[in-house]
Amino acid sequence: RVNPDIASERQTASFCVETLTAVLDGGVERTRSRRAVVEAIESDPVFSRENQYFQSQNERYEAAVRKAVHLQKKMREMGWSEDGPEYKYIYRALAGDVAFLLHRIFVRSISMLGSDKQVAKWIPLATQYQLIGSYGQTELGHGTYLQGLETTAVFDVTTQEFILNTPKISAMKWWPGDMGRSATHTVAFAQLYIHGQCYGVHPFIVQIRSLRDHSLCPGVTAGDIGPKMSFEHTDNGYLLLQNVRVPRENMLSKFCEVQPDGTYVRLGSQQINYFTMTAVRISLISDEVIIPLMKACTIAVRYSVVRRQSKLKPGEEEAKILDYQTQQEKLLPQLAAAYAFHFISDYLQELFDKSYTEIQRKNFNTLPELHAFSSGFKALVTQYCTSAVEICLRACGGHGYSLLSGLPSLYTKILASCIYEGENTILLLQTARFLTKCFSAAHAGQPVPPSVMYLAAGKPGTCPARNKLDFLRPDIYTEAYQHTAVRLISSTAAKLQDLIQSGVQEHDAWNQCTVQLAQAAKAHCHYITVKNFAETVEKLETKAGIQKIMKHLCDLFALHGIFSNSGVFLHDGYISGAQMDMVTASYLDLLAIVRKDAVPLVDAFDFTDKSLNSALGSYDGQVYQRLYEWAQKSPTNTQMSPAYERYLKPLLHNSLSKL
Amino acid sequence: AGAMVVNADLRRERAAATFQPELLTHILDGGAERTRRRKEIEALVINDPDFQHEDLNFLSRSQRYEQAIRKSSLMVMKLREYGIADPDEIFWFKSFVHRGRPQPLDLHLGMFLPTLLTQATPEQQDRFFMPAWNLEIIGTYAQTEMGHGTHIRGLETTATYDPATQEFILNSPTVTSIKWWPGGLGKTSNHAIVLAQLYTQGQCKGLHAFIVPIRQMGTHEPLPGITVGDIGPKFGYDEMDNGYLKMDNFRIPRENMLMKYAQVEPDGTYVKPLSDKLTYGTMVFIRALIVGDSAHSLSRACTIAIRYSAVRHQSELKPGEPEPQILDYQTQQYKLFPLLATAYAFHFVGAYIKGTYHCISGDISEGDLSELPELHALTAGLKAFTSWTANAGIEECRMACGGHGYSRCSGIPDIYVTFTPSCTYEGENTVMMLQTARFLVKSYTQVSSGQQVTGMVSYLNDLCRQRIQPQHVAARTTTVRINDPASLVDAYKARAARLVEAAAKNLQAEQDHRRSKEDAWNRTSVDLVRASEAHCHYVVVKLFTAKLSEISNAAVRAVLTELCLLYALYGISKNTGDFLQAGILTDAQVTQVNQRVKELLAIIRPNAVALVDSFDFHDVTLGSVLGRYDGNIYENMFEWAKKSPLNKTEVHESFHKHLKPMQAKL
Repeated sequence: RVNPDIASERQTASFCVETLTAVLDGGVERTRSRRAVVEAIESDPVFSRENQYFQSQNERYEAAVRKAVHLQKKMREMGWSEDGPEYKYIYRALAGDVAFLLHRIFVRSISMLGSDKQVAKWIPLATQYQLIGSYGQTELGHGTYLQGLETTAVFDVTTQEFILNTPKISAMKWWPGDMGRSATHTVAFAQLYIHGQCYGVHPFIVQIRSLRDHSLCPGVTAGDIGPKMSFEHTDNGYLLLQNVRVPRENMLSKFCEVQPDGTYVRLGSQQINYFTMTAVRISLISDEVIIPLMKACTIAVRYSVVRRQSKLKPGEEEAKILDYQTQQEKLLPQLAAAYAFHFISDYLQELFDKSYTEIQRKNFNTLPELHAFSSGFKALVTQYCTSAVEICLRACGGHGYSLLSGLPSLYTKILASCIYEGENTILLLQTARFLTKCFSAAHAGQPVPPSVMYLAAGKPGTCPARNKLDFLRPDIYTEAYQHTAVRLISSTAAKLQDLIQSGVQEHDAWNQCTVQLAQAAKAHCHYITVKNFAETVEKLETKAGIQKIMKHLCDLFALHGIFSNSGVFLHDGYISGAQMDMVTASYLDLLAIVRKDAVPLVDAFDFTDKSLNSALGSYDGQVYQRLYEWAQKSPTNTQMSPAYERYLKPLLHNSLSKL
Repeated sequence: AGAMVVNADLRRERAAATFQPELLTHILDGGAERTRRRKEIEALVINDPDFQHEDLNFLSRSQRYEQAIRKSSLMVMKLREYGIADPDEIFWFKSFVHRGRPQPLDLHLGMFLPTLLTQATPEQQDRFFMPAWNLEIIGTYAQTEMGHGTHIRGLETTATYDPATQEFILNSPTVTSIKWWPGGLGKTSNHAIVLAQLYTQGQCKGLHAFIVPIRQMGTHEPLPGITVGDIGPKFGYDEMDNGYLKMDNFRIPRENMLMKYAQVEPDGTYVKPLSDKLTYGTMVFIRALIVGDSAHSLSRACTIAIRYSAVRHQSELKPGEPEPQILDYQTQQYKLFPLLATAYAFHFVGAYIKGTYHCISGDISEGDLSELPELHALTAGLKAFTSWTANAGIEECRMACGGHGYSRCSGIPDIYVTFTPSCTYEGENTVMMLQTARFLVKSYTQVSSGQQVTGMVSYLNDLCRQRIQPQHVAARTTTVRINDPASLVDAYKARAARLVEAAAKNLQAEQDHRRSKEDAWNRTSVDLVRASEAHCHYVVVKLFTAKLSEISNAAVRAVLTELCLLYALYGISKNTGDFLQAGILTDAQVTQVNQRVKELLAIIRPNAVALVDSFDFHDVTLGSVLGRYDGNIYENMFEWAKKSPLNKTEVHESFHKHLKPMQAKL
């Protein structure tokens, strides 16, 4: 039975939800196939997440391993493959709550970095799970800055082996998933030394646990790094290596090789390595970041039409909290952002595919642009979505803090994405480096990639809008974003130039400009997101009301950005004070418009109740019954706590009251 | 004790400080004597073997609850044994015992007992107070329901008076009316003060408080007609048994209604209370505590992040040189130093509200409620403003610690989950902001009709003068001096005035569109919240600036002045739109402000560690491996991790259960 408060929201949808779902999936056929995978996973009790919120770290880990093992069986039954189109859907259905994710990275790194011989040897073993891999890059003392890694691999010519060591405490591998308890092997990144000379960081396959009884190999100390904010299901691990010897053949040698006599040989370009990183960043945007935001929006919006609180008019029934402007202002921009980032993720995927085709033809020209884009967008999108999920959490009042709402675990998981695969500030600065280079090139009349050609066209001027309706024109607001991005990039580039010309050393000058550089990189990505959203809307089908509602969301996303960063747009007078009032007026008007379709807009994300795993966000809107039922299942209610007998009883003096 | 070997980076940092941290600690504590006493109590708790236990990060929720109960019981006994009775000293003692975490007796000590004192008749106090004081009765305060939180008038629990038996019949008539969230309700308490809609003689008389026994004395089993339990796992608050309570025709004697103010006579006649403003007093007090907690929690997070940033080396600034401390990166300073300044600012705001509350509470007990509305309005907004800012700030501190910030050994996840609910409890923040806005609009309306207003809103009086001399605003532009805190206070004042005026005018315009008052209010609420934020921001800058002149030591004053400037200028740089649009600052001045912020980062850099040392958190209280005073982080992270439950056995049982069989099959 659907709660009438949520049923009524669906009756008034201005568009066809099913059609929008298909747009998001990339076609009706994909929607069908996604639903089939999700159904197969969710109907299998082994994959149930029902008790997740009540489990300890040990239980979560065990469940993740059990699911991962069962998944192998399931995939064979269903005819799914690891690199097939289904994998994305499987991952979505499992909500990432499964072990061996780093095993996949292990496999991928061998495929990318290994010689043909190494691939032939290791990949079958790994895909058959004769061994379980991890990926040992990050150390206790070093993360994003790879050159600083301290693990060493010294080549011993006499035995034709590498001797691996973590020479000090900060060198020990720290954080790699699957390493704490599960992995038998790892790809360990270490500084290569031959005849006393350092050749930089290289990958080595190292066995860490016995294949027979899983005990640690000689010289290896490994374990779990302890409780974290989330990822209880993952055994993030530490690894100490003391004179661990691996054969010469265990250095992954697609790009460089150590010959038996110790000669170091480079084979081809390493640029392809960047390509792997970009691939990971682009896929994490869609799988680890946008999906959690969509889920959080679904939960918060549905709850906000069921929750009634206080009165809008005396004598009336209490109002749905989504009818409050302040609640709309919290949630609806996040909903618009979920759509905006979904479309930017499609755009990045396209860019990636094009680049991939070029690279197959040995053309690496597109790599710098792709790398800059994937870095900048990874930073922008993870940061934006993380705070958006937190806004959703806090918009659900007290109940948002219950784990049963599903929101705390979405939040604690998504926020890790701001750190892994490159710390966000550092990534923004990489994008900024690319932008300042392109800016100089564009002004020197040299060719630049199409996406940054706008940098050359920057011209002073003012926004032509004359009334609030003008701010609903994509050309008007896209131009405003473009103008701002150009201004921030050019002024930072100029400042950098000034500092260098005044005699400041280049690296010092760079450090002195980093706050502005990061801001400029964000402005660029924000501009591209708005532009891409507007272009996507134009291409959408006009029937079924899809284009119209997406246009509203695009306007909302764009104007929310101007409203919340008004200073940047006002700064050089491009937008005047009076125009800013028009922006605000249009923005607030849009909230009321999008409000009407809020529930259908989250329904279109098409999450099943099981995948939301939320007492507040279920499709039927029976929030309170579910919260009450789920709470009663808590072990705090079903199991005896010794606290009463041991502490409360003596405390309570055991005297019967006269009350 | 063996000599502690302090990490060389931290030693250098401390040696380079330009002021004595102890002096600043005394200012934060409110005097050298108070610092001494605080440390004395701290030592009393920390050196007491009864209060030692395993690292809570490795315990299950049930174990954490058990530990908390154990410590709370001891705490109550020891407080009496030591004769500690001063509220501040009790608060310190409790914070040290529980290391800043909630504990199951919080509601008993913080709400149940005080409510008895303020709302029970002498006869009721005789019956309940001593048993509660001696913990025969453990009580909680059950207000929030599943369907209602901040809007308490909407509560659905009913208490219907039955004159035949002289009892109240308590009911939770719907699912949404089940009491939900009260701390200590799930497992600990045997009594609750329940807020319910009173029905007598067929009429609803609104919300009243009732003392309801919920568990059998002796066996601790729920009483017939009572369904009570724990609401399940939450985001933090593991040691607290937040509970639910459902009552089905549960009868309590007439004398169990708290009747100091309103009364129900034996025949059911209802006697009205004198004033409904009285309950404001408690709310103001608790909100003042939250402002203080915002400062405290943010200070802890800053201490951890800044010490870690001084010890962590990464990447390179200059090619070929050793890896620098990450605190030397401008982006890192830009993340952390404004938060450090904010922690100090909020500390002084918290102290101010507490002081004002104590001044005014004297008047209140003498029946003078005239100052209450402004204080109530001000604390509502400041509670929201400081808790929102601190909440975001704690997260920024965590992110500034990179991957290790995410580990529970950093301590920041724990600070965050313990602090974040304060954005919601004791009044949801948006609702709080709108309460302040209501007061601001009211004051604005008074000014518009020619009256003068006083107190923190007196700047609104200037709006009138400006209308007479319109050139005044334009003239202001060039007068902002960005190195003068007093001038920045004026800039914030102008911004607040402009946003209050804009919101009030928009509200009026909506009303003129023949909308209902409530509708107009709702359609203006985004503007109203902005106005409140600007007002609170002004108050914080003003109070921080005012504090500077009270500091006698020149070195300390200098460094606090730098922090105050950073706080004010950073706030401008994050809200340039408001200042530009109002014509308070020019484009060129905004550029200067941005530049000055970065200069201040470099100026504050040498004192950063000393500034967090001044907060004077004991390592045990800080609960962070990354934030240790001695900076020996890596070896201690390793030691900590070895204790993880997953490491209990060398080979995890799941290997035998799942991995091995799979490998055999594939």
